[in-house]
Amino acid sequence: MRSFTVHEGIVAPMDRANVDTDLIIPKQFLKSIKRSGFGPNLFDALRYLDEGQPGQDNSKRPLNPDFPLNQPRYAGASILLTRKNFGCGSSREHAPWALEDFGFRCVIAPSYADIFFNNCFKNGVLPIVLPEETVSDLFEKMYAEEGFSLTIDLPAQEIRSASGEVIPFEVEEFRKHCLVNGLDDIGLTLQSAEAIRAFEKQHQQRNPWLFGSLK
Amino acid sequence: MAGQTLYDKLWQQHLVESHPDGTSLLYIDRHLLHEVTSPQAFEGLRLAGRKPWRLDANLAVSDHNVPTTTAERAGGVEGIIDPISRLQVQTLGDNCSDFDIVEIPINDRRQGIVHVVGPEQGATLPGMTVVCGDSHTSTHGALGALAHGIGTSEVEHVLASQCLSTKKMKNMLVRVDGQLQKGVTAKDLALAIIGKIGTAGGTGYAIEFGGEAVRSLSMEGRMTLCNMSIEAGARAGMVAVDDTTIEYVKGRTYAPKGEQWEQAVAAWSELHSDDDAVFDAVVEMRAEDIQPQVTWGTSPEMVLPIDGLLPDPDSFDSETARESVRRALEYMGLKAGMPITDIKPDRIFIGSCTNSRIEDLREAAAVVRGKQVAASVKQALVVPGSGEVKAQAEAEGLDKIFVEAGMEWREPGCSMCLAMNADKLGDGEHCASTSNRNFEGRQGFGGRTHLVSPAMAAAAAVAGHFVDVRNWQEGA
Repeated sequence: MRSFTVHEGIVAPMDRANVDTDLIIPKQFLKSIKRSGFGPNLFDALRYLDEGQPGQDNSKRPLNPDFPLNQPRYAGASILLTRKNFGCGSSREHAPWALEDFGFRCVIAPSYADIFFNNCFKNGVLPIVLPEETVSDLFEKMYAEEGFSLTIDLPAQEIRSASGEVIPFEVEEFRKHCLVNGLDDIGLTLQSAEAIRAFEKQHQQRNPWLFGSLK
Repeated sequence: MAGQTLYDKLWQQHLVESHPDGTSLLYIDRHLLHEVTSPQAFEGLRLAGRKPWRLDANLAVSDHNVPTTTAERAGGVEGIIDPISRLQVQTLGDNCSDFDIVEIPINDRRQGIVHVVGPEQGATLPGMTVVCGDSHTSTHGALGALAHGIGTSEVEHVLASQCLSTKKMKNMLVRVDGQLQKGVTAKDLALAIIGKIGTAGGTGYAIEFGGEAVRSLSMEGRMTLCNMSIEAGARAGMVAVDDTTIEYVKGRTYAPKGEQWEQAVAAWSELHSDDDAVFDAVVEMRAEDIQPQVTWGTSPEMVLPIDGLLPDPDSFDSETARESVRRALEYMGLKAGMPITDIKPDRIFIGSCTNSRIEDLREAAAVVRGKQVAASVKQALVVPGSGEVKAQAEAEGLDKIFVEAGMEWREPGCSMCLAMNADKLGDGEHCASTSNRNFEGRQGFGGRTHLVSPAMAAAAAVAGHFVDVRNWQEGA
């Protein structure tokens, strides 16, 4: 996994609450058996005026000029600012894959759905939780200033703006450790293989019906 | 020491180890796989040179992409017309062969929606930890199991280590006292709960559903309720084990037999919250107050009782909420103040992991028996949750009732719930759907979903608009 330490980038808005994972990446693109290539279809139904299909040449599709990610002022954005309960609905990891593939490294919102939040950390995308008022304040500043950018400093757990403002944020220690070091958590878990085997043995003795072939 | 909740017990019984910050390894008993969220996980195993930790914990079945017309289904995997869908279904088969994982093939009688198949085959049991790369895995909590959805990286993690690296959730009790009125179902209860606590109300919690109304539900009803807990933000929903649970599990293909059955039943009898258990949050509701529910917007919390009027955006207190309601009304092509009963569905969908079990089909069939789908309805699909459900329904003659009423009787799969196959809404079409999500575009580009119970969907099919199934008579 790509590590995340300090990142500076342009902030783009997704100014609505309860953005669901169907909106982040519509179902027709989930037919891919790959992990990459979802970026061009991020927010597909909002970004384009027609219905997208997998495998299509997206450069020929009509863009929705009202959608912020299509506007020059947000070109190259890598930090997504949004409202509460972002990523609700389906567990599809294609949602953070699409965000990451598009170029987003960080999402800032007042809250997230649990599974999406979890999936972000597995893909080098940092979901930051800030109070609703702070998020509203950032929205105002972003709309007011073209090219508004922020620096996300994960080791220091703070967000810095060009004007010198510093916003601290919380992140779980273990998740931070994995993200900063780009760690593969399967490798970490398998360091506990002996403990897993020992548990499994006891568990089978207590609940023998949980073990046995399904063939 | 305070007593334990059902969730506390299930967590403790599967805890391998815990780190000081609470990050824990939780042992997984059953891992269900489907074609959409597993290919990248198998690929990850291959790239890392890893093998599944325990083969017999895994069970795979294709459901999201499979065609539901009998003609297209007849050709098996090779007969799937959409080449991208076909490749995904084929890839699950290939991966299961390569890694020696049991897969139920698409034209096997046991095939169906993974969350219908698991309990039906006894592959998910009380006391288990169950995960699947699908958010509606919460369904299996109805058996008194700890069950929730995971992402694809976690699918790979569970395949490789039989564990999930996770943190304990908080405990929420949703207690529903009293009895549901006749014609009001588990689906209405689920929607009413979501309407009350919101789509983020359960975020960070495992929900236990309790109270008289929940204990009175059949296993099918409990599955519908637990299925929708993710729509209230809670990854896991569960119901304590009782005689209804034991009765349901007994005799199923993978359920324990003989001496092990006795041993299992004794262990399962502990699977309820202690009387003095402490919950972090408690939500109380009266079952009698709940009416048939219909969603009007683009989030499951945008729901009203059947006699409701669509809300006025200006009546909400925050700009974010006003904007959400405005956008939802616009997307849905509806106006503030309009009665729910004026909404006319173009299509009807009875199916999905929420409502495609035998009891759901019986309820819908009872409503349409001897009647006709309204001329204004373009299509009414009935998609059983599994081949077993389909066979049972046909044995009871339900398929004939649906077909005689002008509905289509299909092969099992996820179908129009998320429209990954050919079953989808056209741009701007309204659908009375027994599925679980009314998000923008969920059932097709520009499609407009109204979530309802099977009986309410069936009644809307005949009436041509939403009606209160409790007192509705055709022609009245």
